[in-house]
Amino acid sequence: MAKLKLALYWAAACGGCDVAVLDINERILKVAELADLLLWPVALDFKYRHVEAMPDGHIDVCLFNGAVRNSENEHVARLLRKKSKVLVAFGSCAYMGGIPGLANFFSRREVLQHVYSDTASTVNPGGTVPLEKVRIPAGELELPTFFQRVRTLDQVVLVDYYLPGCPPVVDQVWAVIEAIAAGNLPPPGSVVGASDSALCDECERKKDEKKIKQFRSVATYRPDPETCLLEQGVICCGPATRAGCGAKCVKANMPCRGCYGPPPGVTDQGAKMLSAVASVVDSDDPAEVERIISQIQDPAGTFYRFSLPSSLLNGAHRKEIA
Amino acid sequence: MQEETKQPGTVTLNVDGISTTADRGTPLLEVIRGLGINVPTLCHHPLVEPYGVCRLCTVEVVRGRRRRLVTSCNYPAQDGISVLTGSDRVLKGRRMIAELLLARCPDVKEVSEIARSLGVEKSRFPAADEKCVLCGLCVKVCRDVVGAGVLTFESRGPGRVVTTAYGGSSDRCIDCGACAQVCPTGHIRMVDESGLAVHHEELLLGPNKAIGIPFMQAVPAVPVIDRETCIHFKTGGCGVCSEACEKQAIDHKAQDTFVEIEVGSIVAATGFKPFDPAAMAQYGYGRLGNVMTALEFEQLNNASGPTGGKILMTDGQQPESVALIHCVGSRDKNHHEYCSRVCSMMALKYAHLIHEKTGASVYDFFIDLRCFGKGYEEFYNRLLEEGVFFIRGRAAEVSDFAIYEAERGKLVVRCEDTMIGILRRIPVDMVVLMTALTPAAGVESVARRLNLSRSKDGFFLEQHPKLAPVATPTDGVFIAGACQGPKDIPDSVAQASAAAAAAISLSVRGQVQIEPVTCKVDPERCAGCRLCNTLCPFTAITFDAGERVSSINDATCKGCGTCAAACPSSAIEARHFNDRQVLAEIEGVCA
Repeated sequence: MAKLKLALYWAAACGGCDVAVLDINERILKVAELADLLLWPVALDFKYRHVEAMPDGHIDVCLFNGAVRNSENEHVARLLRKKSKVLVAFGSCAYMGGIPGLANFFSRREVLQHVYSDTASTVNPGGTVPLEKVRIPAGELELPTFFQRVRTLDQVVLVDYYLPGCPPVVDQVWAVIEAIAAGNLPPPGSVVGASDSALCDECERKKDEKKIKQFRSVATYRPDPETCLLEQGVICCGPATRAGCGAKCVKANMPCRGCYGPPPGVTDQGAKMLSAVASVVDSDDPAEVERIISQIQDPAGTFYRFSLPSSLLNGAHRKEIA
Repeated sequence: MQEETKQPGTVTLNVDGISTTADRGTPLLEVIRGLGINVPTLCHHPLVEPYGVCRLCTVEVVRGRRRRLVTSCNYPAQDGISVLTGSDRVLKGRRMIAELLLARCPDVKEVSEIARSLGVEKSRFPAADEKCVLCGLCVKVCRDVVGAGVLTFESRGPGRVVTTAYGGSSDRCIDCGACAQVCPTGHIRMVDESGLAVHHEELLLGPNKAIGIPFMQAVPAVPVIDRETCIHFKTGGCGVCSEACEKQAIDHKAQDTFVEIEVGSIVAATGFKPFDPAAMAQYGYGRLGNVMTALEFEQLNNASGPTGGKILMTDGQQPESVALIHCVGSRDKNHHEYCSRVCSMMALKYAHLIHEKTGASVYDFFIDLRCFGKGYEEFYNRLLEEGVFFIRGRAAEVSDFAIYEAERGKLVVRCEDTMIGILRRIPVDMVVLMTALTPAAGVESVARRLNLSRSKDGFFLEQHPKLAPVATPTDGVFIAGACQGPKDIPDSVAQASAAAAAAISLSVRGQVQIEPVTCKVDPERCAGCRLCNTLCPFTAITFDAGERVSSINDATCKGCGTCAAACPSSAIEARHFNDRQVLAEIEGVCA
């Protein structure tokens, strides 16, 4: 059997997904045994022109992590789609937009204004901002176009599989690589490396009927490790999140943040979680409900932490978006 | 009792020449009275161990050549004795005892009656002014039967009295009234120490019986014990009732049991609660005697009630004038805005009864008279002819503050008579407040349990006021009577019949049709987070702890979709309204 031709790419991402691949430890050697790496910017020195020179469909599998934030991301996504037989959206950013996707609550202008002028650590007296084209004595320099919105990979190109997680847990990554090597893959469009129910299925905490009188933050409250976090008023996105990670956060007494995305059948993870939490607020008095709800810090960021670009909501400030 | 008499067996003895048998050890008094021979007693009571203190039951016992006077109440029946209950020696002794008792208590009716029956009219001893004969029944009942041990004897000899410890009122007294009940001379009386005006002593003041049938029409018609008032539950003593019950049906150790009955339908008929007029201080209820509520008047007027149906004031006299005040607590923004519907006709009935029974002048203070039912208008016309005074105007105040001579010692009702446009003060002897009908106590928990909605006024809400007046949004649950809103007896009966028919029509069919629009849990997707468990307004969701999934009962689910919206993993689908369908519809609309 010929060696698997593998490409890994990072777009708008933090690098954690690449680290997750390396986290398979000594098994990385087995990857090298199984596969020829054709592109992996974080670890190996390849140029885009090498990829461009490949015939279409030359790459067997491309693990693409990161969201599509700028024109370079988009260009490489289209390129890799063309050159790959199987394109996998690897990690929450490629799958749903991820943390970079939270920028969709703001317009491009607001993002640039904030980053290059408003943050407390910014010193920019000249008001320098990045430009797409700059003429310098040596010639013209170009930067990729910074888009108005962050997009998921499948909003740009056709994606064959989705491997969720921020980052995907190591065992699942390995299982998927093995499955790919063995040619043992589910129908295209599937979510791989995760299970088909919600996280509560994996969570071993004691669950009871839910009535919430007070929302709490883990910054100031140490939850009881035996009881369902949501029952304690800690917003745990587990009920609206696909299982598969092994409930790592919950076992560490931290609430689920929802990185594995919605369980099968759920259209909008954030809306589902919001609707669920709102349903169990234990009061009929509008003023008290208001008081309880106001204890939720950063609700948009909490419920849509990883899924904003892929959600029905898909951001804000639409009038500014071209 | 003596040692020798403890053995069982029958003895033969002779009483006044009659040979009789008795169980060994039976008190002679019991044997004698069993033969129909009268022996006077004061200190004898079946609940109390014989004590032999009044000595009126003295008889002569002859055994061989020995003759002695003994107290028959605590002298045991023995083989071979002769008992003389009317010998000269006995009578002489009894007369002396009676004379001594009469000297101590010349004014006590019971003592003088006994003395007279023995031929003693006057005592030769210097008369004292006592009412207590020191029989000790109260002390023994309080200690041995009730178990409170509040009463005791103090001092000895001539100074002996019955009192409490240190003579004050005692915390241990449970207000049972047993002492007052057993006192043969009526020396002990119940008083109202709480300082509230005593309205109608028989009506409101204890001792109320702790055991009885709750009300005349109770189903099942069996007596129950009220733990709040039963002496046994206060002191652990008494238990007189279980001794008296021949069927031995009374068990103080019985615990409440919860019985689960599976039924196909439920008719809620939880009734109403009368408005407490103490909230309207201007009418003086609870402060002024002879101001009472409609239901209290009803009981006063009841032929089997405490006064035998006589309409009496607190002083036992018949009133010469009575005021009936309508709309107390209803049609009033401060209390209940709704009309209680029945009060006008109830007041007219009372007016008629008062007029007929006592001939008193009746003043009817009304806002307007709502005589809406069959024959009601005619009844109103009849009352006009009977001479009831109808005054249109809400009564402003009831007070006992007299300005004019005619008002002295009376209750004064102040009001604006809007017919003639002047302020009036009307002195009356008695005031009856026609109190509003309000939602029954515990209506919230019944509503929660049966998933009933309540209207703004707090009564249960019917599914539709015209098309489904006895049905509720919960299938199989119906409502009838005043729990749905104030209504009179004919309306309640009509509604109850309708509710019963609706309930029966469900069960006779053997099967019911349900709407196809329900929600469904996909057990494969349900992660058992239990978020939906408390949300269902129809309690159709149950959690299976073994399988760790929730499920929905198709028969009770109404397809409202609350759970489907809340289910964070979309394991619940609202049939015919699932996400795909809704999104497709939106796309269709937007296209």
